[in-house]
Amino acid sequence: MSTPVTNTENKIQYTAKDFTSDQEVKWCPGCGDYSILKQVQTILPQIGVPRENIVFISGIGCSSRFPYYMNTYGMHSIHGRAPAFVTGLRIANPELNVWLITGDGDALSIGGNHLIHILRRNVNTNILLFNNEIYGLTKGQYSPTSPEGLKTKSSPYGVVDHPFNPVRLAMGAEATFIARTVDRDPKFLREILLEANNHKGSSFVEIYQNCIVFNDKAFEVYTDKTTKKKEVLMMKHGEPLIFGEDDEKAVVLDGYTPRIVEWEKEGLSKDDLWIHDMFDKYKANILIDFFDDPKTPHHFPRPFGIFYKKERAVYEEMVNKQVEEVKKQFGEGDLQKLLKGEHTWTVE
Amino acid sequence: MSENITFEKKKHITVLFAGDSGDGMQLTGTQFTNTNALYGNDVSTFPNFPAEIRAPQGTLSGVSGFQLQFGSNEIYTPGDEVDLLVAMNAAGLLSNLHKVKKGGTILVNTSGFDAKNLRLAKSEENPLISGLLNEYRVIEIDITKLTKEALKDTALSTKEAERSKNMFVLGFLYWLYNRKLDATIQFLEEKFAHKPELLEANVKVLKAGYNYGDATNVFTERYEVEKAKLPKGEYRNITGNAATAIGMIAAAHQSGLDLFYGSYPITPASDILHELSKRKNFNVKTFQAEDEIAAVSSAIGASFGGALGVTGSSGPGIALKMEAIGLAIMLELPLVIVNVQRGGPSTGLPTKTEQADLFQAVYGRNGEAPLAVIAAKTPADCFNAVYEAARIAIEHMTPVMILSDGYLANGSEPWRYPKVEHLRPIKPPFAQKSDLSDDVFLPYHRDKKLVRKWAVPGMKGFEHRVGGLEKEAETGNVSYDPENHEKMVKTRQAKVDNIANDIPQQAIETGKESGKVLVLGWGSTFGAIKTAVMECIEEGMDVSQAHLTYLNPLPRNLEDVLNRFEKVLIPEMNNGQLVHIIRDKFLLNAVPLNKIQGVPFAVNEIKEKIKEIY
Repeated sequence: MSTPVTNTENKIQYTAKDFTSDQEVKWCPGCGDYSILKQVQTILPQIGVPRENIVFISGIGCSSRFPYYMNTYGMHSIHGRAPAFVTGLRIANPELNVWLITGDGDALSIGGNHLIHILRRNVNTNILLFNNEIYGLTKGQYSPTSPEGLKTKSSPYGVVDHPFNPVRLAMGAEATFIARTVDRDPKFLREILLEANNHKGSSFVEIYQNCIVFNDKAFEVYTDKTTKKKEVLMMKHGEPLIFGEDDEKAVVLDGYTPRIVEWEKEGLSKDDLWIHDMFDKYKANILIDFFDDPKTPHHFPRPFGIFYKKERAVYEEMVNKQVEEVKKQFGEGDLQKLLKGEHTWTVE
Repeated sequence: MSENITFEKKKHITVLFAGDSGDGMQLTGTQFTNTNALYGNDVSTFPNFPAEIRAPQGTLSGVSGFQLQFGSNEIYTPGDEVDLLVAMNAAGLLSNLHKVKKGGTILVNTSGFDAKNLRLAKSEENPLISGLLNEYRVIEIDITKLTKEALKDTALSTKEAERSKNMFVLGFLYWLYNRKLDATIQFLEEKFAHKPELLEANVKVLKAGYNYGDATNVFTERYEVEKAKLPKGEYRNITGNAATAIGMIAAAHQSGLDLFYGSYPITPASDILHELSKRKNFNVKTFQAEDEIAAVSSAIGASFGGALGVTGSSGPGIALKMEAIGLAIMLELPLVIVNVQRGGPSTGLPTKTEQADLFQAVYGRNGEAPLAVIAAKTPADCFNAVYEAARIAIEHMTPVMILSDGYLANGSEPWRYPKVEHLRPIKPPFAQKSDLSDDVFLPYHRDKKLVRKWAVPGMKGFEHRVGGLEKEAETGNVSYDPENHEKMVKTRQAKVDNIANDIPQQAIETGKESGKVLVLGWGSTFGAIKTAVMECIEEGMDVSQAHLTYLNPLPRNLEDVLNRFEKVLIPEMNNGQLVHIIRDKFLLNAVPLNKIQGVPFAVNEIKEKIKEIY
């Protein structure tokens, strides 16, 4: 029997339930992971991929239990290395729809090396980085995204490490799809998940996820009704960057310098504002750096949505294409010829 | 041509080429080896070079050596004592003189003995006139000058011309041992296909070296080493790393799987990656990963996807891979790990050989994580070892490590290559519809051999999750149940132990089936042990040899074999590892013989120990 081939039939109509495994979900009550799991199970029937062709691969951490709860193929691998497992799997079978589930410690600390390399290679996968700015599974140590000064079990006097801005790292590694979303906004989360899946290449999605036990309310200013409108800058392709209680504020660019304006007061029309263009790398770089501490005065709002998107060749497709090209050039390998080599002699 | 030159017949000859790491000694040695092999001699080689790419010129640390033994009988080692040392400079001579047989021949390039070379070699006197070489037969040739002379009508610069001097040596040796130039000329034609001026120069110098022997009276006798009486068949010459790469391709081919090789560059394993990356027309997918951990993890990912996942490295890289290997043991997926051992610990001696990773292979993981381990014994045997590793990995759904080493990896020997139809078939245990019970797939349901089925993403109805958390028997669901954990640990152990029923019984390699002394070895010590035991038997001693290919699990009759001898001697290029395992498993007081110098055993070192305990 030869290697089984991927089933490419696409006729079955699924519901979210079809993607729910029989395993009891064991995250803490109120954990943001529940929402992400639900939204993923909700969008999968829409992507048109047979269940047997879908694979979830994770590293280690609370979020990385995710594959156990999905009724698809799945692998709960080792800490930080999920990108390498995904790369090997995609090279072996580029037909599969592969999702990579990781957290801030998994992706940015122990697995930082693999993350930057999967992004630069542009392996076709959807990377969901659950960022809760804390180590949850090990019970509350600071993570590479914890803000400076945060008091945790391993930083009782406050964190002195400077945190990563994950989307900045992704841009540095030349990711071809970079987005930020949040667990508490299911509809928006589903939109971004679908967009990520539609993108061919490594789709990097940072999901702000609340850890109710060890870092509760870390993202409250971006989810609470009373602060959300002031603090969240929703990026929509082709639309102006407007925010504020009554959409009274907007971002404009003075050369390379972004500036917040009260646009109507200042007599500006929507056309005068910064119109978001997710294909513009230079502008994406400016938006990515909107990473101010919301407690500081005159800070920029935090952008959510798709920062950047670019079409670039997919690594594993090129690997497989090269195999085909070499076969064309030299012909299908002849094992007996290979064993024989170039110079032989006979002993009678 | 001198009339009075005669041919002296020799059974075997050991030649050592020594010079600067930029002198082309490795290429010279390889060409000389191939020509002798093509002629029909048995050969065994030992390249020995510094870790630095261009170590300081002219110094003792910069010496690159290539030793080979060729003969008309079967040859198992690159030779204990050197019959002919070719020294391109003072450092090459001084660092290798102790290896030359008393009365042996030393061919020196006199240009390499000027004041500068002597100073760099830290030699106060010129050994060519100090009397140091009185006990040897010394042939002095100004090879550098003669090379430049041969190329004086060409457009090459002096520096370029000088670089061909290794061809002069090679030509001269072809004259001395009555070999044809054809194979080397063919090689040069391929190498310099796009540089006709260099091709012309190298061929010119090669011929000049040959003619120099013919025209002068430096030697009054030439040597004749007749064809070896090897078993009938078709032969080629092969290095250990090339045999390893080809073995993987063969195993993938015979199992119907694509080969995936994930690797990170490391000495002395990188040649496997080089060889495989050339062979993409065999459906070989090579992945140069960002690090050792990604290399093994990608291979596991590929295996999960239905390919033959292989990773390769050397000791320090293997250490980095171990967590992932533990995962593969837990997942019960096929995985082949090649460890081309080198001197350790840590970075150790990157270009030198050692067998000190046996403990790492057998025991080196967290938790109860049994790993099947196989060792190659000669360069060509790397093919069999990796093929067998792949067969066991696939048919038993488990990772298997193959131990090679620097000496096997770079060494070469004639190989009676197999016919494809004689290769043992390999049957991947892919899940079938009949493995579903009530439409449910139990990923950790096992057959009689305790092997689970391989269900690959894309197979409808077999969706399942695997992971590093302890899993419930049968379902594979996460389980923290105490009894279940113990059961699973014992099951994984039993599964690996069961491999013993699928491998050959241990045979006696040399000598009688029982008796006074058994020399038990593993890996690349094979040749030295075999020669030592054969010589002892010739001297009338009661000595036998057994050589282990399967190190975990051990052959099921091994204890019985060992008990048939009064004494068991275990030579190893480490501080005593197999001897520990044997003592532990069989409560047997085996005698260790250890050498940890980065170089293989000499035959005499083993013979002396046999005589000491006899």
